Amino acid sequence: MDGVVKRFGAVTAVDGVSLTIRPGEVVALLGPNGAGKTTTIDMLLGLSRPDGGRVSIYGRAPQEAVALGLVSAVMQTGGLLKDYTVEETVRLTAVLFGRGRAQVDAALERAGLTEIRKRLVGKCSGGQQQRLRFAMALLPDPELLILDEPTTGMDVSGRHDFWSAIRQDARGGRTVIFATHYLDEADAYADRIVFVRRGRVVADGTAAEVKALAAGRTVRATLPGATVEELLALPGAENAEVRGDQIYVHARDTDPVARHLLTRTAARDLEITSRNLEEAFLTLTAEEQS
Amino acid sequence: MTAVAERKLPALGGFSPQLLALELRRMVRNRRTVIFTLILPAVFFLLFGTGGDLKTQRAGEGNVTGYILVSMAVYGAMLAATSGGAMVSLERAAGWSRQLRLTPLRPMAYIATKLTLAMVVGAISVLVAMTVGAFAGAELPAHAWIECGLLAWVCSLVFGAFGLFMGYLLPSENVMQILGPALAVLSFAGGLFAPVDTFGHTFATIAKFTPVYGVGEIARYPLVHDGNLWIAALNVLAWTAVFAGGAVWRFRRDTARV
Repeated sequence: MDGVVKRFGAVTAVDGVSLTIRPGEVVALLGPNGAGKTTTIDMLLGLSRPDGGRVSIYGRAPQEAVALGLVSAVMQTGGLLKDYTVEETVRLTAVLFGRGRAQVDAALERAGLTEIRKRLVGKCSGGQQQRLRFAMALLPDPELLILDEPTTGMDVSGRHDFWSAIRQDARGGRTVIFATHYLDEADAYADRIVFVRRGRVVADGTAAEVKALAAGRTVRATLPGATVEELLALPGAENAEVRGDQIYVHARDTDPVARHLLTRTAARDLEITSRNLEEAFLTLTAEEQS
Repeated sequence: MTAVAERKLPALGGFSPQLLALELRRMVRNRRTVIFTLILPAVFFLLFGTGGDLKTQRAGEGNVTGYILVSMAVYGAMLAATSGGAMVSLERAAGWSRQLRLTPLRPMAYIATKLTLAMVVGAISVLVAMTVGAFAGAELPAHAWIECGLLAWVCSLVFGAFGLFMGYLLPSENVMQILGPALAVLSFAGGLFAPVDTFGHTFATIAKFTPVYGVGEIARYPLVHDGNLWIAALNVLAWTAVFAGGAVWRFRRDTARV
């Protein structure tokens, strides 16, 4: 994706996103609701056309890549017909992609649907329907699999089953992009996490890098006249910021920083907070705003 | 994984006999469709076409029972064609159309599948009605059995277009609940349930402009050799153009939104 922009009236849902996904990566598209994840995915799949920029998948236009089965998706909103059985739904997909019975059986097996293959879709639970969408997406044996908020509305065990199916599948070397607003999902299943907010990519890195962002604690205090350089010189300080009289010092171990500030400087009103992923995420996205 | 170069698109945009077979199986599984398109016309025929002296009264080369049978066959084919076309409404409402966009199925192949399906069910409906008629005292000359049946079936394509148009126009899951009664009203207005000459002058004139009129006249022609075929043909062609045009217009809007 290169400089992709999508507007809906006055609202710019995706504002210049450029991303290159390498084959074999499992990428999480992480962001709060309304960040532009689904819009981005729609454009990747050729379901909507970007107003600016270019999307290409294996050198092809998205719609062509979809038709060839190079890329497939489990959509948040993709509908199923209630009066088809599970097996018929997969077979219909197979017919369209020119695949045979063997692939139907394989897809049902991998999505864990073999036992309920004769069940009508209308009688399946939300989790089972989601695994059916997964089976349909597996059918063309895509190079790239896209999952849009795949576990929304699933219970804990449904979510677990779904992810173990995906994880097993990704071991075979398939490229996976999944959108989520669950940080733990992104952390647990992605090699690379792309943060989006307000239609922009605000961070892009490995899960380990993201964890590093989240590690440690932050000391906040009131210390008029401090400079960033002075603060970075504090024992163990990794990152520092000055906002007016407020200082923020981030460190893996904040005790020495706090001790130093309280004993050697005029700092007062001191506070130590831990940053979990959620906060790392919020910090990142908030910086983008200011 | 299948190499990038080995992949190819399906022939005919995804239109295939296997797809039709799956869709037909699903359609027949729906009890409401079966009752309304296959059983209802035959029941109507038995109720309104076989009583009293209808079997002994003559109509063209056959009896009145035969005349009513042809009308009911038209009604059945029409219901089948409309409900086949109107399936797009339900499938759009369910988000299935969106799911299908993630497959190589081209929109035109999708429409062709729906229309073919409508015509297959229409043919079954005509066959059921004709079979019931044959055992229930309808008299038609041999050529009329075939010609009337074929004409009833072929002309119902206009209602396939009607169903598609409505299917794209009405974003409802139960579009047939609206279209069923609408078709009944149109059938009355078009002289399918009672001959147009039993209407007053004004209504008889209006009848000629309603969409069911032409189909009924044409389908009954091999039996009665009566009425103006040109007006009937013009009626069918004009309404086909209107409905097909409407369907194409809505369909374009639908795919442009992609």
